Amino acid sequence: MQPYTLTIAESLDHLQKKELTSKDLVESCLQRINKTETKLHSFISVFEEKAMRRAEEEDNKRQQGQSGSLSGIPISIKDLLCAKDTATTCGSKMLENFISPYNATVVEKLENEGAVIIGKVAMDEFAMGSTSETCAFGVPDNPWKEGYITGGSSGGSASSVAGGQCLASLGSDTGGSVRQPASLCGVVGLKPTYGRVSRYGLVAFASSLDQVGPLTRDVRDCALMMNCIAGYDEKDSTSVKIDKGDFRQSLEAGVKGLKIGVPREYFGEGLNEDVEKIVRNGVAILEDAGAEVMDVSMPHTEYCVAAYYLIAPAEASSNLARYDGVVYGYRDGTADSLMDMYKQTRSQGFGDEVKRRILIGTYALSSGYYDAYYKKASQVRTIILNDYKKVFEQCDAIISPVAPTAAWKRGESADDPLALYLSDIFSLSANLAGVPGLSVPGGFTADGLPVGIQLQGPHFREDILLKLAYNIEKSTNLANVLPEIQQ
Amino acid sequence: MVLRQIRRQRYMMNFETVIGLEIHAQLKTRTKIFCGCALSFGDPPNSHTCPVCLGMPGVLPVLNKKVVEYAIKMGLATNSQINRFNQFARKNYFYPDLPKGYQTSQFDLPIVEHGSVEIDVDGSKKTIGITRMHMEEDAGKLIHDEREPLSYVDLNRTGTPLLEIVSEPDLRSPQEAYAYLKKIHAILRYLDICDGNMQEGSFRCDANISLRPVGQEEFGIRTELKNMNSFRNVQNALEYEVRRQRDLLLDGETIIQETLLWNPDSNRTESMRGKEDAHDYRYFPCPDLVPVEIDEAWIDAIRKTLPELPDERKNRFIEEYNLPEYDAVILTGSRELADYFETAARLCANAKKVSNWIMTELLRELKGEDISGCKVAPEQLGELIAMVEKGTISGKIAKTVFIDMMATGKDPAVIVKEKNLVQVSDEGELQAMVEEIVAANPDQAEQFRQGKTKVMGFFVGQLMKKTKGKANPKMANELFVRTLTE
Repeated sequence: MQPYTLTIAESLDHLQKKELTSKDLVESCLQRINKTETKLHSFISVFEEKAMRRAEEEDNKRQQGQSGSLSGIPISIKDLLCAKDTATTCGSKMLENFISPYNATVVEKLENEGAVIIGKVAMDEFAMGSTSETCAFGVPDNPWKEGYITGGSSGGSASSVAGGQCLASLGSDTGGSVRQPASLCGVVGLKPTYGRVSRYGLVAFASSLDQVGPLTRDVRDCALMMNCIAGYDEKDSTSVKIDKGDFRQSLEAGVKGLKIGVPREYFGEGLNEDVEKIVRNGVAILEDAGAEVMDVSMPHTEYCVAAYYLIAPAEASSNLARYDGVVYGYRDGTADSLMDMYKQTRSQGFGDEVKRRILIGTYALSSGYYDAYYKKASQVRTIILNDYKKVFEQCDAIISPVAPTAAWKRGESADDPLALYLSDIFSLSANLAGVPGLSVPGGFTADGLPVGIQLQGPHFREDILLKLAYNIEKSTNLANVLPEIQQ
Repeated sequence: MVLRQIRRQRYMMNFETVIGLEIHAQLKTRTKIFCGCALSFGDPPNSHTCPVCLGMPGVLPVLNKKVVEYAIKMGLATNSQINRFNQFARKNYFYPDLPKGYQTSQFDLPIVEHGSVEIDVDGSKKTIGITRMHMEEDAGKLIHDEREPLSYVDLNRTGTPLLEIVSEPDLRSPQEAYAYLKKIHAILRYLDICDGNMQEGSFRCDANISLRPVGQEEFGIRTELKNMNSFRNVQNALEYEVRRQRDLLLDGETIIQETLLWNPDSNRTESMRGKEDAHDYRYFPCPDLVPVEIDEAWIDAIRKTLPELPDERKNRFIEEYNLPEYDAVILTGSRELADYFETAARLCANAKKVSNWIMTELLRELKGEDISGCKVAPEQLGELIAMVEKGTISGKIAKTVFIDMMATGKDPAVIVKEKNLVQVSDEGELQAMVEEIVAANPDQAEQFRQGKTKVMGFFVGQLMKKTKGKANPKMANELFVRTLTE
């Protein structure tokens, strides 16, 4: 048994029984990184020495009976979460040399529970993208098939977990950025309810949509991670004071009597056949387990792409204004006027996709266009939220694909940003409405690529999603299945 | 030429000035509006900063509740509507003193709207509307190197809470603008929510000003005046701008809508070149802050903490101290001056005398300085006036004693004793001198007896000369009359 192949829950069990040390576990992951990283490119930075030191600390603490709930567990974090005194690049040349002077709340929480942060992982630049190909420091590769995308923007999180380089990862999800790479890499990914997890220290893309979420090898680990990171934070005014309970609690309490809606708008044109088959199979699993399946309608789903691609860029255009070369980050030193310094710094520091979205967002907020774009999109957002409210009067959760297809070849979507935006259609609504969404592995396409099933529930009802996912996972037997990586 | 002057004179009477003021008051909270950094003035650059106010990637603002409380206070003190639901918005623009690339402010849903204050100009009262007040964060400061083309950024001031107070265009003259500014200043100071220092920039004012022919509904084209960092400058700049616009209009030219900077050295307004391009601030609701919701209980609790405000105090001064309204307006114009008056008045029976002393001697000797730096404590002034009342010293002597007090801060009794200024009120002592003077001036004595009472001045003058001004003037008069008519 290689320690890196264990889930968090299994590792904790072995650690508890002294069959394993954190040092062994962390070392095993570091070795795995050394072996696979030339292929996977999951990491932007790896904290080898510090991770080993932390592992030793945790081993000592455990001996003194003082270990936390994630003691000694090697975890990667997306490179837009600030960890004190480490580089936080956001996958951008703009922040290549930016060292964060403080810890994100979720990082603090992980460390308080004894987790060992093993490194920071690749992502689309400033989390803008669905393939992780816009990362300025190497593009992660899908562990299931060489040359295929991981999905994005939390692609490095997904590949590091699926590739056995760490046991879990924290990503962020603004329009599907946790769920879609989880689906494409065959791991569990959860976007919690907006306000469930603190955003303090998560470098903002679109503040009203961003949410930190875990990527794990199975559903139980997802619950464990949520137990650690969820909760109100006085540093984030948008986090919500609500009891979080123990997310593991409901896992094994069957699904009998739960009403599961199948929104017909998620099964239309453009949905890959294999993907549809896998999702339908998930529906059947839940039905067999005693859930009541019903056809429901979310009539405004088709407008989510347009609404999202106005609201998110609008917020981004403002959030990314701070990268101006003045206080930190990249600065073009050759400019000889303030205006040129701004222009050159931002032209050179940002990649094309980021610039594209800043332009869209600036336009959407401009005087004379605000009402037609930003304001209209905000109204559509309310309508989409109402779709959810109505549907959750009829059922407890909805089931659907995460994305229309499995992973595709790198480079294929490079020239068609619009097609790429459209591929987010099934994942954007949850962010617009603020509801939780989870991707659980459902099966493989004929090409051997993993496909996830999406579950969405009412605000703060992650427990329902975890319970449903747990049942699907039990039935498909896909918990903690790791790919062979050809050396 | 002559014709033009005549035409000008004819029209001069017929323009109406329209002014609106935008005031930025720095709120006197302990910490900044969105982080825990202390407010400071004059400390080393960037010594009061943290990741939040530096706009580091990933940080989030948390609203300082005190700022909301202070805004509510100001709203209640100006008969305004407090918006139970209000919201922060981002004002987006690039400038090196603005580390986030946007200012967190309020836009379409401000905390306060529809208020008013009363002003008093030349004895007539007028109500000035307040359009809105909103909370926002201040920016940092740029320091430009004088020798090299380099600029430094000091972000200590970044995140200092501001209350922006926007008036209706109700002001019709620079005098009214001055009175309104003073009134807002006084209210802020009474509430103790702003230290009101215009030189240090904790109380700033911009003005919008336009002229229109009397009777015309529509406003003329306005200019915006900035950089007026004293009350006097505000009035001077507005007066200058009235003349400038009027001259242009009379010459048939149009006013350019622009921002002008007041130059206090040349006493002119100057065009602010290079910043003329119209800004599109792309306001939108700030997604990092939840809307501010204010409940009735909180408003009631704040209402209970409101101190006596300038208008209330003015009315009380008229009633309680029997002061003319003119005196009461001036004395209550600043909280410190009103406090000074009341402390001094408590020590002597004659409040009107205290008021006279403050409004003439004290304000003159202060030469525009703040009362807080005055060397004469109100108790000392009260004591001085009481000494006059009791006849210990004469009013005339008191004025010289007061000048000494202003210079040294000594108690009046000490100065009177040191300089031996106690009034001579000993009848026997004075009578002897009176008889001596009458005897030495038989001609004037005769004139008095024949009805030329004017010569009394001569006799009293002689006595004052003999006593070095210390003779009790009332007694001196009586003794001369008695001696001369005996």
